[in-house]
Order: sequence, then structure tokens, then C-alpha cells
Amino acid sequence: MKRTLIARVEDRPGVLNRVASLFRRRAFNIESLTVGHTEEPDVSRMTIVVDSTQSGAEKVAQNLQKLVNVIRVEDISDMPAVTRDVALIKVETPDNRTRAELMQIVDTFRARVVDVGVETLIVEATGTEEKVDGLVDVLRPFGIVEMVRTGRVAMVRGKNVNKGESK
Amino acid sequence: MILTGAQIVWEMLHREGVEVVFGIPGGAIMHTYHPLSEYGIRHVLVRHEQGAAHAADGYARASGKVGVAIATSGPGATNLVTGIATAMMDSSPIVCITGQVASSLIGTDAFQETDITGITLPITKHNYLVTDVDDLASVIHEAFYLACHGRPGPVLIDLPKDVQQAETEFVPPTEEVRLPGHAYIGVSDPTDAIARAAELIDSCERPVILAGHGVSMAEAETALRQFAERIDSPVAVTLLGKGGFPASHPLYLGMMGMHGDAQANRAIQEADLLIALGMRFDDRVTGDLSRYAPHARKIHVDLDAAELNKLISVDVAVHADLQRALLDLLPLVDKRDRKEWHEVVSEWWEESRAVDVINQHDEDAKLTMPHVIDAIRRSTHGEAIVVTDVGQHQMWAAQYYRFDRPNAFITSGGLGTMGFGLPAALGAQIARPDAEVWAMVGDGGLQMTVQELATVVQEQLPIKIALCDNGYLGMVRQWQEMFYDKNYESTRLVNPDFVKLAEAYGIRAWRAGDHDQAASAIDQARAHRGPALIDFQVVKEGEGGNVYPMVPAGAALHEMIRRPYPTKVGER
Ligand SMILES: Cc1ncc(C[n+]2csc(CCOP(=O)(O)OP(=O)(O)O)c2C)c(N)n1
Ligand SMILES: [Mg+2]
Repeated sequence: MKRTLIARVEDRPGVLNRVASLFRRRAFNIESLTVGHTEEPDVSRMTIVVDSTQSGAEKVAQNLQKLVNVIRVEDISDMPAVTRDVALIKVETPDNRTRAELMQIVDTFRARVVDVGVETLIVEATGTEEKVDGLVDVLRPFGIVEMVRTGRVAMVRGKNVNKGESK
Repeated sequence: MILTGAQIVWEMLHREGVEVVFGIPGGAIMHTYHPLSEYGIRHVLVRHEQGAAHAADGYARASGKVGVAIATSGPGATNLVTGIATAMMDSSPIVCITGQVASSLIGTDAFQETDITGITLPITKHNYLVTDVDDLASVIHEAFYLACHGRPGPVLIDLPKDVQQAETEFVPPTEEVRLPGHAYIGVSDPTDAIARAAELIDSCERPVILAGHGVSMAEAETALRQFAERIDSPVAVTLLGKGGFPASHPLYLGMMGMHGDAQANRAIQEADLLIALGMRFDDRVTGDLSRYAPHARKIHVDLDAAELNKLISVDVAVHADLQRALLDLLPLVDKRDRKEWHEVVSEWWEESRAVDVINQHDEDAKLTMPHVIDAIRRSTHGEAIVVTDVGQHQMWAAQYYRFDRPNAFITSGGLGTMGFGLPAALGAQIARPDAEVWAMVGDGGLQMTVQELATVVQEQLPIKIALCDNGYLGMVRQWQEMFYDKNYESTRLVNPDFVKLAEAYGIRAWRAGDHDQAASAIDQARAHRGPALIDFQVVKEGEGGNVYPMVPAGAALHEMIRRPYPTKVGER
């Protein structure tokens, strides 16, 4: 089962290393981990996807929380949330016919062509992982030359609680 | 006030209340050493940095204050590692300060450069590489705060040479530490859990309280006694929990676990409720997990949420400060009298006493280490601080020196670090100059940090060393005797003359091979005002040379191997 954790962490050198080291040391498996800035200066936010049971994810969260630079961890798997994965997919287009066919598929998936080369084009897709997976499956027969995905980012709907101010 | 980084180190240590540090200077930390004499802080020059970390640890455990170790970069820093890991496993508050090559050289494989913050990442509670002298004061303040707040642990500060040399206007950090992440740890409200715990306690018939290191760390000894007396429950202790509940109390059940007391292990296996307080169900405590306390519901109280439901899933997990939780529980539980349960338990006690080696009154019985420890206990009226190394003698010290007070038994529990005993005893003696400190060590482990005998002499510390001279890496040999066809592969020790060795360092020493010699050596060593060592030549193998009871690897607690009965010690 995949569980999604959100960790707000201090934006300092070495923090990512501490988090990664913890996962290695406690033998937790990370499916994906993304880091980026937040609305607050000096605070970064990690979206961590682990392949684990609920109680396993709770252990991950509790151990992460013990890291001094980790401000607040939350398992949002059971909350209503928006999750997104971004993919850039470079596909072969040997002739105009395949190119036209591809454009149609991309349209259907509400993805975008962001670069057109002589024999390739780059598709940008944003959506849930399932949607991106679906697009990738359809594009594969055309010949995927290169692909990169960000991994899951997530945000709870409504008034967000993952702020980390302790009372 | 303009200060150098080096001066800020001492200024801040002074402000944090540090009176003594343990260390060895070297190229990358010399600059910090230079102004030391201006600050009136005592520096104990150890002979190996491992000794500095263990001494700081022993100091911390004996005093309840933060211990401090200092080392140079590279090999000095890496020599601290075993001591840091030991402190981490036993939640001991120490701060280690290491020199580092100049900032401009970091990452270039400079002379004596090592990535000590990287190396110690998983074995410190937190660590710092200070790159700006203006951060130094607040980093030190934070480090001391972290070392002893929440669940205590080691913190390391790595100081590049140029930061030590740089000058800046010294601004004392504000008292309050701003650590948003750390503050969050204490937040959950345990009220509901405590109410549910009280229900379980009131409805059980055969409770056992499991008291761990957390009891003394939370200073919850009195609360524990009141609680145990109110619910009339026997109390078993872990190795590090010794002294958290008085061994002389009628509800005391002994130590649990691999070499625990039989009555404690049996009670756990028969209990219908375990109340685990500030302990963490280590595998040395539980034996085979799948058959651990099969009839018992479980309540677990711990300050560290990550310990709850880690190895054992419990019926009620209380995430709280232990003292607070016990005081909250107290008015919620019924006062009870559990006569029937005590009758069962006291029968088990009787059986344990009957097979106990020190109750075998045999005229020509050979000297065993249990006899030695019992003799030291009687001579010191159980009031010494006992610091051990790791091995058989450690288990015997735990079993036979009865502890009525907290912080009187200092031992490496979680990591099981041979070489811990002597330097930790040295630290403990410095923390408690008026206490009688006994280091109980093995002939294997003593030699891992034996050079600290020189430190003991240089600092004129009157510690008494009881050497369990059994000519073997005894604990390993015992396993070989019991489980490996007596194939004593690589465990026999050809030892130096320990009496001469001690004397070469300037330490008075005696050799004792029988009960009379042992008694007289103990008297003389105690009467001697300086450091003393007694080389106890004890039974090497067989019944008097093995630690009982023993829960073999993979066995459940009740499947422990008991001492054969009746026994004549020292034969075979
Ligand atoms: C640093 C270290 N190395 C190895 C071990 C494994 N070990 C545990 S007990 C023991 C034997 C200890 O022998 P000794 O110090 O003579 O004590 P005894 O058991 O004989 O009392 C060994 C080798 C350890 N715990 N620590
Ligand atoms: Mg030995």
C-alpha cells in the first residue's frame, strides 16, 4: 500500500541527507521523495511516498519527527487531497502521420506538447500518477526515448493543517 | 566583548554550567585549547578519545548533567565514535566538540580531514558543522539543550579551524531555544490513554510493572513507588532500570531478560497485564517476541513516540513524560491487595534462592565472581556507585549488587561496549568525588581501554577496580560451552600480570584467589585512599563460571536455562 507523508522541514544544508539517512538506517522504503520551497521562507516541504502499511507509515512519521530540523510530519493518505505528478516524455516521431496521431492522444489526456524536434517531440503531462501512468502506457508503442517524472506532490484540500505550529 | 571562536567555546561552556571536559588536543583543535586556562574549566587529559566519550558519558550518568568530550579532527574525531554510539543507545546526554580543518579545505581530503558530521549522523541525536563564528554561541546553547531535553542523547559540534580563530562581538544567546521541530515532540495529549490504562489496571489480577531507564531519567522513582504500592504490583527492572525501584522493596521482582532473575521472567510470562514504563522491549529483554508475555495485555508509557508499538503492539500506548503520567494515573486506579499473585511470585523467589550460587555454603567452594560482587556489596553496604564493562561480570554485577538508589549502576546496555567500564568509572568519580566508585571489569574489556589507568593516576581518582580475571572472553566462552560443543575458539586470553601492570601505572593492587584473600583485598582496597585494583582469579568455566539464568537465543523467557541444582562450585 502506498502512503503519502508531508514533511515541513527547515531549509538548511544537510536536511535532505538527514531524512535520506533515516530511511536507510531504519530500512524504510521510499517510493518517491520531492522537495521544494513553500509559502514560508526558510521552510521546505517534502512529499514522501512510502510503500507501507498505515502503522509502518506512522513509524516513519514518528522517526522523521524526531529529526531536529523536521518541523512537522503528517500522513495525509486518508485525507481528501490533491496529488500531482509531472512527467516529461520524449517520444519518437518518424513521420507526420505518427505525429498527428500522437497529438491526438496528448489532447485526450489533457497533456501538452512542449517541444517539437525533427524526429522527436516532448510531451508534458500533469496529473495523478494513475493518469500519467495511463499516458505512458499509450505512448510506449511509439517509442519513448527519454522520460522524467517528479514523483508525487500533494496538498490536503480545504484549510490546510500542515503548518507545524505547536501550541 | 570581542572574542575568538575558541574563547566563545569556553565562555559558552561556562555559561552552560560545565565544570569539567574530557579530551585530547591536536592540530585542528589546538586553537580552542589555547585560552582554556582563562576560564577555570577542568580539562581531564584522557589517553584515547574513546575514553573521553565514555568518561563524559559516565560523568553524565552519575551527575545527571551533560558530559563534554573534546577531540581533534580526523582520527581524534573517529576515535570518539564508539563512545558516541554507546551514549546514543543508552540515551545519555553528552556534547562532543571536534576540531575540523579550515572551511576552505573542507571537501579536499586535507590532512586529518574526516566527515565527522556525516559519520555520526545516525549515532547522534543531532550534530552541527559550524561555518560562521556568529552562529557558534547559539549552536552551543542549542546543543546543550538538545542533549538533555526530551529523550536525551549525544550531540556533536564540528568546528573548523578558521571558525575557532575568527573574532566577533560575543552576543550571549537568549535563554529560550527556537527549535520548532523539537518542540512538537511533546505535544500529544495522553488523558484518554491514561484513563484507558487505569481501566486495564483495575481489571487485572496478575500485573507486572516493567521499569526501565526512563524512570530515573524522568526522576519518577517516587511516583513509581507510590503507584506500585497503590496497585500492589510487583516491579521488574531492566538492566538500565536498576535503582529506579529499590531492590530492597517487598514489591521488587528483580531484573528481566536474558540474564534476568528467574522469578521476574516467569512472572512476565504468567502475567495478565504488563505496565511498561520508560523501557523499549529490547530483544535482550523479551526473548522470542512471538511468545513474549502471551497472556498479558500491555500498557506502554514512553516519552519517545517512536518507541510505542515499535516491536510489540500494545493495548494502550501513553506518549508522555513518565513522572507526569504516573502522577496522573495514581488517583485513577484502585488501591489493591494482590495476595494470591504475591504468593505465586514468592514461591518462584524461593526456587531462585535455592539454586543461587551464593547460597551454596560449601567450605572449600572456589571463588566465583558472584561471591566477589556479593562481598563487595556487603562491605560497601550497597552504597557504592558500580560501573561495569561488558560481559559475564557485567551481568553478575547487575544480579548481585543490589541497587536501592538511582544513578548508582552505570553500564553500557544498548550497545554493549567492551572498554566502557574504566573510562566511565573515571567520569563517574569526577562527577561524584565523595562517592565510592567501583569499576567491575573483565580481563578482556579492561584491556580495550586500559591506558586510562594513567588518567586515573594523573587525576588522582580513588576508584576501586574489581577485575574479573577468568582468563577468557568469558561471555563468549559461555556460549561456546553451552551451544558450540565447548569449542573455545579464540576466546582464551594469555594475560599480563595485572598486579604488576597496575603497579607500573602507580596503582596499588592485590591478587585474590580464594574467599579469604578476596575479603581482605576488598578491605585493604577500600582503606587505601588512592586508586586500587584487585585481580580476582575466579572460576573460569562450568557452573560457577557461567551466568544463570540464561534465555538462549530464540527461546521464550520461560525457557531459560537454570543453574543445575544442587551444585558444588568449581568442579569440572
Ligand atoms: C567492543 C566489543 N567487542 C566485542 C564484544 C563481544 N563480546 C561481548 S562479551 C565479550 C567477552 C568479554 O570478556 P571479558 O572482558 O573478559 O569479560 P567476561 O565476560 O569474561 O566477564 C565479548 C568479546 C563486545 N561486546 N564489545
Ligand atoms: Mg574475562
